[in-house]
Amino acid sequence: MAGKLALGAQAVAVVAAGVAVAMAPNVLETFDLMQITLFAAMSVLSLSLAFIWGYGGILCFGQTAFFGLGGYAYAVAAIDYGDSTPAIGMAILVPALFALVLGYFIFYGRISDVYLGVITLTVTLILFNVVNSTSGEEYHIGQARLGGFNGMPSVPTFNMPFDPSNILSPEAAWQVTGFALLGVYLLLRILLVSPWGRVVVAVRENETRAALLGYDPRFVKLWTFVLGGAIAGLAGALYVNWGAFVGPTIFSLATASQIIIWITVGGLGTLLGPIVGCVLIQYLVTKIGSQQAFNSNLVLGAVLLGVVLLLPKGVVPSLSGLVQFGFNRLRGDGGVAAPTGQAAEAK
Amino acid sequence: MDKVAILTLNVVDGAASLCLLCLGLAIIFGMMRIINLAHGEFVMLGAYSTVVAVHHGVNIWIAMIVVAPLFVGLVGLLVERTLIRFLYGRLVDSMLATWGLSLFIVGLITTIFGNTIDGVPTPLGGFVIGDYRASWYTIFLAGMALLMLGLVYLLLSYTRFGLVARAVMQNPGMAATLGVDTSRIYMTTFALGAAVTGLAGGLLAPVSGITPVMGSAYVAKAFITVVGGGAAILAGTASASVLFGLVNQMAAYLTTPVYGEVILFVAAIVLIRLLPQGISGRFFKGTL
Amino acid sequence: MSALVPLLETKALTMRFGGVVANDCVDFKLGEMELRCLIGPNGAGKSTFFKMLTGQLTPTSGSIAFRGKPIAGAMSHEIARLGVGIKTQVPNVFNGLSVRENLWLSARRKGTGREGAKRVDEVLQRLRLTGIVGAIVGTLAHGQRQWVEIGTVLAGDPDLILLDEPAAGMTDEETVRTAEIIRDINQSRALVVVEHDMAFIRMIASRVTVFHQGRILMEDTFERVVADSRVRDIYLGKKVAA
Repeated sequence: MAGKLALGAQAVAVVAAGVAVAMAPNVLETFDLMQITLFAAMSVLSLSLAFIWGYGGILCFGQTAFFGLGGYAYAVAAIDYGDSTPAIGMAILVPALFALVLGYFIFYGRISDVYLGVITLTVTLILFNVVNSTSGEEYHIGQARLGGFNGMPSVPTFNMPFDPSNILSPEAAWQVTGFALLGVYLLLRILLVSPWGRVVVAVRENETRAALLGYDPRFVKLWTFVLGGAIAGLAGALYVNWGAFVGPTIFSLATASQIIIWITVGGLGTLLGPIVGCVLIQYLVTKIGSQQAFNSNLVLGAVLLGVVLLLPKGVVPSLSGLVQFGFNRLRGDGGVAAPTGQAAEAK
Repeated sequence: MDKVAILTLNVVDGAASLCLLCLGLAIIFGMMRIINLAHGEFVMLGAYSTVVAVHHGVNIWIAMIVVAPLFVGLVGLLVERTLIRFLYGRLVDSMLATWGLSLFIVGLITTIFGNTIDGVPTPLGGFVIGDYRASWYTIFLAGMALLMLGLVYLLLSYTRFGLVARAVMQNPGMAATLGVDTSRIYMTTFALGAAVTGLAGGLLAPVSGITPVMGSAYVAKAFITVVGGGAAILAGTASASVLFGLVNQMAAYLTTPVYGEVILFVAAIVLIRLLPQGISGRFFKGTL
Repeated sequence: MSALVPLLETKALTMRFGGVVANDCVDFKLGEMELRCLIGPNGAGKSTFFKMLTGQLTPTSGSIAFRGKPIAGAMSHEIARLGVGIKTQVPNVFNGLSVRENLWLSARRKGTGREGAKRVDEVLQRLRLTGIVGAIVGTLAHGQRQWVEIGTVLAGDPDLILLDEPAAGMTDEETVRTAEIIRDINQSRALVVVEHDMAFIRMIASRVTVFHQGRILMEDTFERVVADSRVRDIYLGKKVAA
């Protein structure tokens, strides 16, 4: 009964979100609309890591590698094909393939989980260094010059499917981005209750037991990793579409650390938490950027330190735990301990 | 012939720099299994303390060899007591927390000193080999690297502290039952690792661009070298530094310095794939 | 099913960890649907033996054959797919998931959808876990967790089940129940059970293999093993030549 109620409530929430995405342009100024478009694009990136880390147990410090590859793939393809539609496809495909190769190397190479973080971080730095040095006319793919540390300006933004002459307005671009976020969220939600998703969680819970039951953990982690890469690539396309620009800093340590902070603050092990964390931190960074008193690194560092030491489960799970605790008290269960959120089943 | 000599000096320079950069990290990671993502910032603090000291009239040698390690060692002590101490055994949390610490330190230094700071000139001057110029400082760095390896070896092998520290590293529970205060050992080890890292920062100050974010260039390189070296703190660090220094400088010579970095990273990843336990997992087994 | 090919056979199976020889030239044979008990003092090599059988360790030398197929050094999931299940000495369950989920993940391998769900219900009933289907395994009492792990293994319908100390930490009642469960399981598949509790082994009495210092000391009926003075000696820590 409670399950059905929860399902019904979730369906309503999804529909409400869809309506909100569609109606936002009527309510918000273009400037604010552009702002939330960015937030939404970054939230897709956040979801990609939230999935592979929170549910798959894969701590990838270099998710920006796939984000950046997606961004650059979109930019190059949009310029060379002259149409954003196949470009978005490339933005998803190229990082996914890269994740396949890298993932195979890591998971089938028995590289321990601890080193996975260091290696993925190194990979994103490699990409940063490589792309950063591609200034000069000889560095191009088709007609698209990579531009080195200056990046690629004037990247074509989204157009209507297969209709390059029909460029999307900022309102339409928001709707595409917003629905993309909603779509990815729903996809992951559905995936996590499907058999495959449940196996992903099992492998994270106890890899030995999963193997002893006949599941190949390497295979499971590889495909989790690839899906994460594909989603991050999509986020890359959405991000480049937002700014009509892509540069090497998309691969940087600074960006990579941001994603980790979003998820840590929002709450590892949920899908909603990392979205909330992303929006909160992004908003915070924007606010800090517009004042002089505090350096943004200082504040972000302090936030991360504070969350790890004081709220290790993250803001959303802690808050939801508190809310549940409050509900229980109101219902008169009399001081039942707040649930610790151990259940790994999709929230 | 001259080219070979210059190239050799470059390799020596690369290996010595790596070795100095990694030794402190190897101590901390090797002894305590803590992944300190603020390692690059310890290097940066070493460089900054040296530069600031020199700007205030301190002799450069004293600034590099005394002030830097002392300052960063104290910072390490503070960090261990206020942060690391609560995170033993929590691997992911320690990574996240030290990442937060690194951002915090970068932000702090930027706030105090701004985005750039005047550097210090390279002491000792140069000499000529054929058509090329080389720096005596390279020889000095190599000497310091060997000296540090030697000192750490002596410390760990021949002092009481070294013995106790190694015991705690191998079996903390057992050491505790023998009356060792493991908490103090961890504290001292972390401070030691930080001090060594600070020294590296000080020694590299004359040859680096000094900015608050200079640490980020070092952290991945340092970790990949420590991981590639394996469990043996000294043998692993030394062998990995030499190997990666060689790869880096050869690649840089044959292509560009940027690609030199890239190829170093790729080579390191390949090495870890082939030798998941690092170099000292296969060779130099059982040594320090 | 050929009578000539044993379900499980090891020849000269050896496991070395540096200087320590955990298993030394072990020759072991098990028939289909046979129930064998493994006894021996701590450190005799029983768990190491199990780990090699399930791919958690790669033997230093020697061979393992499951129905004639060599599996020494194979990966755990490959061996599991052949039909080998193990309840490990240190519990390996999905602590954050429910009892039903644990069993489902196992049953799913053999049959998806309705079949799998049916099998899960069967096992839940057989092991009387129906009352705690929704409980998160990490919150259960020790004895219940052991049964959940046994149930998880059973739900995968393996032909060979290895149980490493299934009665450890259980009350007397729970121990009796566990023995019943084992006898029940043995109706349709082979089992190898490691245990220290002699009273428990008596309840599931059959052939017993005695491990000592990595080697097999003797293999005989329960009565003869229990009566043998050497077996008593090794448990008392006296020196005995294998």
